Amino acid sequence: MNALASIGAATLGFMAATGRIVIFALTALATGLSPPFYLRVILRQMLDIGYFSLPVVGLTAIFTGMVLALQSYTGFSRFQAESAIATVVVLSVVRELGPVISGLMVAGRVGAAMAAEIGTMRVTEQIDALTTLSTDPLRYLVLPRLLAGLVTLPLLVVIADIIGVFGGYLVSIYKFGFNPVTYLDRTFQYLETSDVVSGLVKAAVFGFIISLMGCYHGYHSRGGAQGVGQATTYAVVSASILILVFDYGITQALFAR
Amino acid sequence: MSGSSDKAAPKISVRRLGKSFGRNRVLEGLDIDCPVGESLVVIGGSGVGKSVLVKCILGLMRPDEGSIRIDGVETVGLRRKAREELLQKCGVLFQGSALFDSLPVWENVAFGLIQGRGMGREAAKEIVLAKLGAVGLGPEVGELRPAELSGGMRKRVALARAIAADPEIIFFDEPTTGLDPIMADVINDLILKCVRELGATAVSITHDMVSARKIGDRIAMLHKGRIVWHGPAAEIDRSGNQFVDQFINGRAEGPIHMEIRAL
Ligand SMILES: Nc1ncnc2c1ncn2[C@@H]1O[C@H](COP(=O)(O)OP(=O)(O)OP(=O)(O)O)[C@@H](O)[C@H]1O
Ligand SMILES: [Mg+2]
Repeated sequence: MNALASIGAATLGFMAATGRIVIFALTALATGLSPPFYLRVILRQMLDIGYFSLPVVGLTAIFTGMVLALQSYTGFSRFQAESAIATVVVLSVVRELGPVISGLMVAGRVGAAMAAEIGTMRVTEQIDALTTLSTDPLRYLVLPRLLAGLVTLPLLVVIADIIGVFGGYLVSIYKFGFNPVTYLDRTFQYLETSDVVSGLVKAAVFGFIISLMGCYHGYHSRGGAQGVGQATTYAVVSASILILVFDYGITQALFAR
Repeated sequence: MSGSSDKAAPKISVRRLGKSFGRNRVLEGLDIDCPVGESLVVIGGSGVGKSVLVKCILGLMRPDEGSIRIDGVETVGLRRKAREELLQKCGVLFQGSALFDSLPVWENVAFGLIQGRGMGREAAKEIVLAKLGAVGLGPEVGELRPAELSGGMRKRVALARAIAADPEIIFFDEPTTGLDPIMADVINDLILKCVRELGATAVSITHDMVSARKIGDRIAMLHKGRIVWHGPAAEIDRSGNQFVDQFINGRAEGPIHMEIRAL
């Protein structure tokens, strides 16, 4: 009986939190239906999320591609299927690893920064000050970040994809001595538009999730520096988990076709 | 001057205001009025809820009970749009300054003009420099970041931001705390000027009795969730109220007990 009760309480708590986050997101998005629009702030955020994440994402992407080529060689050489390596690398990177790894890296970098910045603004009354200066904090702080996340992560992932495939190319050519022309040929032979699109859809969703978690936890932080630290942790952890959950969900949904 | 049709109606009128945080009852049945174009000073011990009172009036906190009327209009539970319009009339100096650290000083001061009212950046900058000058800061300060300022400078920038849009109602939460006595007096003069020349209504919170006497037309003392005394500033020395007497004389002994234990 007690076990049931605690499961029930946990479920209710989970539902309530989900509801609050959804309402938060919808309220923020609704502010975008009427002016003023803070274009400068959106551009600033896009720069922050996209441009300044390039080194981190590029570095992780190239090693992902390289290790992918190594691992698939180990497997495929056992049944003389080395020719499939190019296809495996490009499909894994474009459909799965590009978006997920970029998502996780950006969650750590940008999600944390958003939660810390907005959280600090909350505990130092800057959000109250915004309100008294006739500026809706959801419109000024949250909406630009949500939009920037949604738009910028796909762009970032396109670059991550290219760098990841290039990593696989490097290992295959210089380590295994594949013919560059054939390798590139194979890379594009079986790649379909839907593979790229599904990867970019994931990226957009992940970008939105990262910004939403950063903003939500920052916005609701309380209790000084400690509260801000906690908000930062929550933002990164919840965004990372949600990325993996949604990754499965989107793959499953797109897999059916 | 303020467009109010009824001269006798107070600018701000608070009735039976109550606000608790969990079991901590901060405000309880608080009544206070502030007439148009007057300067009201609220005094009271640390932690009695002065800042909470101001935040309730501004709608930054939702009171548990009671009514707050500004220009005769009930503001508790106001919708977002109407609240935004109301806040257009208000300027606020927060106790902790609350400057935006991502923006340079001048954009902080200009924020309400540019983002809130859609004024052009050039026009706003001119106003900003004038307001910075009024709080004793030169134009070079405008280019600094808030993190590069001293505590007193931050306070003055926050003050400039509060008065930048020439508001009808100005809230000052401890405007002179952390300033040297001379600068404190400059700020007092500035507040008086806002009230006298711009016809603004001011609500100030302070612990500084020198400042309270100088800027207040009326003084109200907050204790245990309600106003225990209020009257013209000139009468504060003959209030006949033991709370007020203890407070203005700064005595540890009296009806106000500080909740401390001996070492
Ligand atoms: N956001 C909040 N959550 C919980 N309790 C709060 C909050 N804000 C204020 N309080 C409580 O309300 C009481 C009054 O706080 P307030 O900041 O209004 O004091 P104050 O009169 O402004 O004091 P001071 O002169 O030191 O600034 C305090 O006991 C404080 O703990
Ligand atoms: Mg206070």
